[in-house]
Amino acid sequence: MIEFLGLTGRVLPDDVRQRLTELRAEEESPLALAVYDSMFKNLQRAEALNRPCCQDTGLIQFFVQAGTGFPLINELEGILVSAVREATDRVPLRHNAVEIFAEVNTACNAGERAPWIEWEIVPDSSELVLYSYMAGGGCSLPGHAKVLMPSAGYEAVVEFVFDTIVNMGINACPPLLVGVGIGTCVSSAAKLSKKALLRPVGSHHPHPRGAMMEAELKDGLNAVGLGPQGLGGAASVMGVNIETAARHPSSMGVGVSVGCWAHRRGCIRIREDLSYELISHRGQESRLSDGDDAKRRTGSARGTEEPSWKRS
Amino acid sequence: MEKKLTTPLAAEDIADLRVGDIVYLDGMLATCRDISHRRRVLKHEKPDFELAGMAIFHAGPIVQQCGDGGWRMVSIGPTTRMRMEKYQAEFIALTGVKLIIGKGGMGEKTAAACREHKTVHAVFPGGCAVVAAEAVEEITSVEWLDQGMPEAFWVCRVKGFGPLIISIDTEGNNLFENNKQLFHTRQAQVMPAIMEKVHFMK
Repeated sequence: MIEFLGLTGRVLPDDVRQRLTELRAEEESPLALAVYDSMFKNLQRAEALNRPCCQDTGLIQFFVQAGTGFPLINELEGILVSAVREATDRVPLRHNAVEIFAEVNTACNAGERAPWIEWEIVPDSSELVLYSYMAGGGCSLPGHAKVLMPSAGYEAVVEFVFDTIVNMGINACPPLLVGVGIGTCVSSAAKLSKKALLRPVGSHHPHPRGAMMEAELKDGLNAVGLGPQGLGGAASVMGVNIETAARHPSSMGVGVSVGCWAHRRGCIRIREDLSYELISHRGQESRLSDGDDAKRRTGSARGTEEPSWKRS
Repeated sequence: MEKKLTTPLAAEDIADLRVGDIVYLDGMLATCRDISHRRRVLKHEKPDFELAGMAIFHAGPIVQQCGDGGWRMVSIGPTTRMRMEKYQAEFIALTGVKLIIGKGGMGEKTAAACREHKTVHAVFPGGCAVVAAEAVEEITSVEWLDQGMPEAFWVCRVKGFGPLIISIDTEGNNLFENNKQLFHTRQAQVMPAIMEKVHFMK
């Protein structure tokens, strides 16, 4: 788990790297191209020197889909917390956990409810799918949720997303991944907006209207042309992902979470026998081990899809 | 125009720079974030390192302590500078700092201070923290370490530090304020057509 945090802190997931490569190829502004050159050089140097690609290694968040039969389910929370503590020195990670009221940095990235862990229980399963996310300060800042009157309609959702990204997006290191959650209240909408960020770039909402809205928002935000770092350019976003939950008839909660270009999302599947597969970073399992536990790895190519979130 | 700057900087060294120019820095810079700004401006405390003619970087790095007690820069990149807007103008007046590096824009108060005191603001691309760390030759000192690793005042000697994109120049031109107006104009142009396509409510 420490190696997993290290890898996901220095190597971006496959889908993010691919989209950034496409966006760079479409860019024409000299200033924007200078920034893209720095971004790609940085990724290369981070790998070469084995260092976190961004100094803000975030407040570590885990999103767990745990099978009820996963053998380490009782130990998992303790494992995740101690992995974060150890990774802080070994990776290293920046000290990013500040206790509320005391206003003291714990210097180990663990603290009250830190790392942040969200659980989903999967019945009749003995495996674990674990998402990690390094929630940086800059890309957390634009986060916003509110409850709309249903009469305002989906039109108000469009306006809310535009206002959030156009007003606050440049500080979050564009090109951004935009997560939108739609549900009943601020808490469900905000939670879904973060889950939307865990979906791959280029994935679609299962409802045709949802997928259409994702595409329209993406194209519309790109027409605004924030460009890398907000300096102006051909694109603003890597994509827009929408996650939804049925709403109360009288309310419609909407939330927006933002991922920076260095979107450090990790996803790993761990099976009952503790063999594992890196879903976010295909074929890079060997980089998680120092050889002794190489037998833990699997060479199989099965399970090429990222699991979807429970919708029922 | 690409240009090299070397500290200490005099007003004439940066007078001709205009928003959108790209520069690289040789010399000394100090990291300076929220708490250091408040400490300097509100509590009137001064670090030992003299900031006149020097550069500050709105950044919270990852550093590692070496066996000899010195420090090694692992990863350093810009933070959202709008948080410092409240204190920046007074900070410029108090310190005589000439180059302020961060990401994103700053407001009118800071732009006015840049014009008055002949200071420039520049963007270092966010998230490019290893490129920045490799340009740090040495951490020469650290002050205010009681503020924690990200917030401490790290003094660094840098070489070829950049690209730095000038975002506020000595005439007070403000690249991000100009862009903001452009972005809002475009939003007003594209958003109505999208709203027309989402009449899903019954």
